[in-house]
Amino acid sequence: MLTGDAQKFYGLLFGIAFSTLLITQQLTIFVNLIERGASGVYNAPEAEIWVMDPVSRTTEVNYAMPSTALDEVRSVKGVEWAVPHLRAPASVRSSTGDLEGVQIVGVDDATLIGLPERLLEANKSILSQPDTVLIDDVGITNLFESGEDPIGQRLELNDQRAIIRGVADAIPSFTSQVTLYTKYSQALNYVPGTRNRLTFVLVGIKDGESAEAVAQAIEDQTGLKAETRAEFAQAGVNFIIENTGIPLNFGITVALGFIVGVAIVGLTFSLFIRDNIKQFGALKAIGVTNRKIAGMVVSQAAMVGSIGYALGVIGTVLFILGFSENPTFKGFYIPWQVPFVSMVAVIVILSLTGWLSLRSVMRTEPAAVFR
Amino acid sequence: MTMSDLQPQHMDTTAIGGCAPDAAICARGIVRDFQAGQSTIRVLHGIDTDIKPGEMTFVVGESGSGKTTLISIMCGILWPTEGEVKVFGTDIYKLSDTQLVNFRLENIGFIFQQYNLIPSIDAAANAAVPLIAKGMAVEEAREKAKQLLEKLNIGDQAEKLPNQLSGGQQQRVAIARALVHEPRLVVCDEPTAALDASSGRRVMDLLREVAVAHDRACIIVTHDNRIFDLADRILVLEDGLVTHDGSDMPDGH
Repeated sequence: MLTGDAQKFYGLLFGIAFSTLLITQQLTIFVNLIERGASGVYNAPEAEIWVMDPVSRTTEVNYAMPSTALDEVRSVKGVEWAVPHLRAPASVRSSTGDLEGVQIVGVDDATLIGLPERLLEANKSILSQPDTVLIDDVGITNLFESGEDPIGQRLELNDQRAIIRGVADAIPSFTSQVTLYTKYSQALNYVPGTRNRLTFVLVGIKDGESAEAVAQAIEDQTGLKAETRAEFAQAGVNFIIENTGIPLNFGITVALGFIVGVAIVGLTFSLFIRDNIKQFGALKAIGVTNRKIAGMVVSQAAMVGSIGYALGVIGTVLFILGFSENPTFKGFYIPWQVPFVSMVAVIVILSLTGWLSLRSVMRTEPAAVFR
Repeated sequence: MTMSDLQPQHMDTTAIGGCAPDAAICARGIVRDFQAGQSTIRVLHGIDTDIKPGEMTFVVGESGSGKTTLISIMCGILWPTEGEVKVFGTDIYKLSDTQLVNFRLENIGFIFQQYNLIPSIDAAANAAVPLIAKGMAVEEAREKAKQLLEKLNIGDQAEKLPNQLSGGQQQRVAIARALVHEPRLVVCDEPTAALDASSGRRVMDLLREVAVAHDRACIIVTHDNRIFDLADRILVLEDGLVTHDGSDMPDGH
């Protein structure tokens, strides 16, 4: 019956598809955005433990430690290696004179631990050349809006010269701020001087040791804060959730998607029931039970729901694919939990509206068909 | 559950209140009230009547006389306020809801004034609805429905949707739906109201041919005086009472 009425069929399909698209797309963007709170951790894949001052919260919200912290960490049992890592904000003056806020990341001079895994241009060893910095690929679009080639460009950092000699394939930060990677010793020159400069110690653990146990040992022995890679990544995500209005804003949009779905589907459902109430009455008079009628409506609603849901998810996939070249959406993916949540939302929408509409069918006396 | 399951439990073949033992329908003391705001309106005032098998019985009367209410009660889709109804010996209002639904499915066929065909399924599927509701496999039910549509001379329209059929063809599909499960009682509501005189007579001829048999009763609610001469028996209702029961219309109507 439902599929035979083109207007209502497409109305339901649109309602479900639009609702699914809104919920899936907004949740996908939300999840990917807040995961960027952990981008600093993901961009340093070798580090199994991050050691920091106890007041530091994320890779961006940090407080520097005395350089002696590095030796203290190295002396803890279970630590295979420990390297210095500097992350600090700075202002850069480009060749055209523009001023831009950047994040300076200083990686260990000897091992280069702390660099992103992959470079898009040049080799990691190029950092050995004087005044070299690597820029993250998304940062290029911010620093060189006219599209000029960044390689070889000279920058001014804290009255020091810096030359871009490579491009890192990095996950952008939450604010998409330009990130410049350089050697730790060089970074000390680029960041305005303070007494303590060491922001993190990156740690690798010995075979057979657990990251949690070693982190606990570091904390016990040094009094510093030590978090495993997973813990510190989660801390970055939590920081975004707790300190920005993003969850509320996205939550409102997702709720609107749900409400719009309920409104469109509910209205269409009730119109369908109202227009076919005589047919339902006839079926009841003939001897079709309420249960069979409900089963009939549920199976048709399930079919429409499945098609609408699939269209909504496909729409989200096309959206993500369509914007995959855009730096804002770099690395975006759809976690399996997101389509699952939108599927649950669709089931709730259909169940709620279907139940409300079916109540009138259940209450209809078969004798109504003669009136 | 089938009718054969129900019959031993509820069948009462003894004559009650002057009811003929072979009556298709035996209605006694039927009263029906409706609420209209604060007031109660009595539509039927204690009707006693029998419907015999093998007869085409017309129930006629002005609008508001209670004829639709009466047949709704006689075919088990509207509870009487008072009174009892036995259909082929079964006191239908003593059945549970589920038993009554099954009883209708097994024993009663309906032809509605507006046909009420399901718009999204073809003629064969519409005609097969009672069989499918009884649990028959869809293909088998469609095949049986097609045979009946052939008999009703619209076999070639079996695959068409209702909106692709003329009014007369839709009515034949509705007739097929009413008869496909071989019910013992066929109830028709204004079957000729939307048809011209000749089409109306053809439908009535068809109904007499397929819906009237020695073990099957047919009740028709109508106020179409063009077809009164086709009735075996006419019940005239006025203000909720049977004022005439005979083979012809009384003088003055």
